[in-house]
Amino acid sequence: MNNRVVITGLGIWSCLGKNLEEVKNSLYTGKSGIGIDKGRESWGYRSLLTGIVEAPQLKGVIDRRARVGLSEEAEYAYMATAEAMKEAKMDLDWMEKNEVGILYGNDSSAKAVSEAIDTIREKKDTTLLGSGSIFQSMNCTVTMNLSTIFKLRGINFTVSAACASGSHAIGLGYLMIKWGLQKHIICGGAQEVNPFAFGSFDGLGAFSVRHNEPTKASRPFDKDRDGLIPSGGAATVILESYESAIERGAPIIAEVVGYGFSSNGQHISNSSVEGQIRSLEMALSDAKLTAAQIDYINAHATSTPGGDFAEAQAIDNVFAQSKPLVSSTKSMTGHECWMAGASEIVYSTLMMQNNFIAPNINFENPDEASAKLNIAARTCEKNIDLYLSNSFGFGGTNSSLIIKKITNKQ
Amino acid sequence: MTQEEIISKINEFLVEEFEVDSEKIVPTANLRETLNLDSLDYVDLVVIIESNFGFKVVAEDFIGIHTFQNFYDYVNRKVGEKVNA
Repeated sequence: MNNRVVITGLGIWSCLGKNLEEVKNSLYTGKSGIGIDKGRESWGYRSLLTGIVEAPQLKGVIDRRARVGLSEEAEYAYMATAEAMKEAKMDLDWMEKNEVGILYGNDSSAKAVSEAIDTIREKKDTTLLGSGSIFQSMNCTVTMNLSTIFKLRGINFTVSAACASGSHAIGLGYLMIKWGLQKHIICGGAQEVNPFAFGSFDGLGAFSVRHNEPTKASRPFDKDRDGLIPSGGAATVILESYESAIERGAPIIAEVVGYGFSSNGQHISNSSVEGQIRSLEMALSDAKLTAAQIDYINAHATSTPGGDFAEAQAIDNVFAQSKPLVSSTKSMTGHECWMAGASEIVYSTLMMQNNFIAPNINFENPDEASAKLNIAARTCEKNIDLYLSNSFGFGGTNSSLIIKKITNKQ
Repeated sequence: MTQEEIISKINEFLVEEFEVDSEKIVPTANLRETLNLDSLDYVDLVVIIESNFGFKVVAEDFIGIHTFQNFYDYVNRKVGEKVNA
């Protein structure tokens, strides 16, 4: 069975905004969501830079039992999913009568785990953790909580694949619907934004220390980049079979037409050009497209010297002839890690819907590899029929998704 | 702490934590039904009591607590035991 898989709902909660409209405007104007968290100094952080993400206020929105199990990232995911469900015309009555699944990317819940262990050490009594701790602490905190809150009855698990988690969640959802195993799946990615979550990453020296210019610190592909900036939030992409969307009268926003993936089988943190090329080529092959048909590439590029250099080579290897426009929205968001693969589908689809390509801000001078790419340093007014989004993670996990513009008449 | 102060404090945190209308909290009302408590909520009740009154509750203590009055009496007794200890 080869069902067509369409996107019928999007939702976002990030440092670029708390809903689709705010985020679309930030993308168009090239607004940075990066700032300074001075508190990280006392934690011994090398970098104080972070995406600034507002905490949702859920009291009065959902009941206490639903709230107490939500970790920070699950709260973001609730907000993003509620927005996406509204757009997809899915309400709780409909959810209870239909089989809707959830596949969400998440790879830590460090704050909840750390606070629980601190309490145990201090109080010597596990009961005093309260009832919500376990549901906040497990990696599947998002899928566990949202499946309960939204009455989901289909596939239900979390995808943990480092910084490619959100992308693989969408890829797996696409395959399940394509193969006829599910009709509707809430996909996405979530990322906590707190000092508990990023200490070990900071310890690797991977973060930018351009403290005097926070909004200029994330500069993917630029010659003077000095590291990434951690960020987060949540992004939801509702996938559905084309037939189901038509039958329900749901808005068809775009179509997922290709998913490629690979594992480098090499170093645990260094990128592999060869591994990334395999992921890109597999996505094109799955979509039955040539490289020349892709209008825009949303790069994984995080602003690290090594990572961006490798990706620029991989993109150039596959797209050297057609040179599609490339930008990394991480120049504005920082690296949204487990969430990034999903949020960048939301960002790119917003661009597709509104006929523009968001700028790779802070790209001033190329290096040897990025000089071969067609990087959109400023906002471009452009129709996008097909785009590709890359996500790569530690352990050498790679994911590439291809999304196609679609109208209800297609 | 007087018995009235204990009752006032209990009512205050029950309204805040369990989001129940304060008018529904009367001594003869059933604690579990009024607050819509499930097994997980009792764990949170233990946490709240510990943080507000400084003593540890064991699950078995809830067996004899049916009404709000039972609950007030239980907390009052435990606070008294703590003072006299």
